[in-house]
Amino acid sequence: MLKKKGSKGRQSNEINAGSMADIAFLLLIFFLVTTQIAEDKGVLTTLPPWSDDEPDITKLNERNVYAVLVNANNELLVRNEPMSARDLRKNAKEFISNPENRPDYAEKPEKAIISLKNDRGTKYETYIEVLNELKGAYNELRNEMSERTHGKPYEFLDRADQKVIRNKIPLIISEAEPTAFGEEG
Amino acid sequence: MGKFNEGKGKEMPAVSTASLPDIIFMLLFFFMVTTVLRENTLKVDVITPQATELTKLIHKTLVNTIHVGKPKENYQDVYGTAPMLQLGDKVSSPKDIPLFLENFRTKVPEKDKLRIISSLKVDGDVTMGILQDIKTKLRQSGQLKINYSAKTKEAK
Repeated sequence: MLKKKGSKGRQSNEINAGSMADIAFLLLIFFLVTTQIAEDKGVLTTLPPWSDDEPDITKLNERNVYAVLVNANNELLVRNEPMSARDLRKNAKEFISNPENRPDYAEKPEKAIISLKNDRGTKYETYIEVLNELKGAYNELRNEMSERTHGKPYEFLDRADQKVIRNKIPLIISEAEPTAFGEEG
Repeated sequence: MGKFNEGKGKEMPAVSTASLPDIIFMLLFFFMVTTVLRENTLKVDVITPQATELTKLIHKTLVNTIHVGKPKENYQDVYGTAPMLQLGDKVSSPKDIPLFLENFRTKVPEKDKLRIISSLKVDGDVTMGILQDIKTKLRQSGQLKINYSAKTKEAK
């Protein structure tokens, strides 16, 4: 049988701590990768200020109003024509920019007004889809204009230039009081 | 005066790496503590819809969040199954919004008061009725900047 050696002959050697750093690094990197900082992003909008009397839209020239209605079955009626949400962006762009100078489309982008009306039973998902498409139409138009005048996308312009374009193509969404035909829940 | 010894007789001691793990551990703990931002436990189910035209909210201290959705299963016997909103950690109704906003405003410096954004985290299946009530309350209390929270839509 082997006998245990006494400690006399051997030097008491330390545990090598060199690899500890690697282990800790591994842990650190693991946590860095797995923890996700909760970021919040979404469709940014501004609500109109509150006023007790109903806004008077009869004063507006009808050709400048892009009326979008969404009913409780999540169907769209755009300027009295049924439409699918997929075609909304293209149609809205055409309406706002009016490249063919059609008499029933917006006079110029500054005058275009989006009127959005939904039902209390409309699904939120549909509402956001519509809002997203309308915002997308404006973003695309601003981008196109920026490419034409400055040769680069809108988001790379400095603030002053962005403001000029924003004033040329302003996003005005007027939301009417919703109807209450659909079922809520 | 003492003269510096020439290195001939003595051996250069290796730089001790024993403290390296401690430094790294400190980093590790730092990240662990700072990244886990404790959020209020949600009492309503929220699956936000997808969208493409998204804006990132940068100033987190100026954002208050309103969750809207159906109460979670274990709260349904208390709150029912109709969509409710959660302000902070409380399940509430739209009429509680003005007070909630007022409370939030007191925490924000005066010059930033106009930059406050309300982030609406709304479940995709909720109908617009409750949202309309919320929007009315927000408008009445002068909170006009809102953000409909959404996920990035993957390109098809």
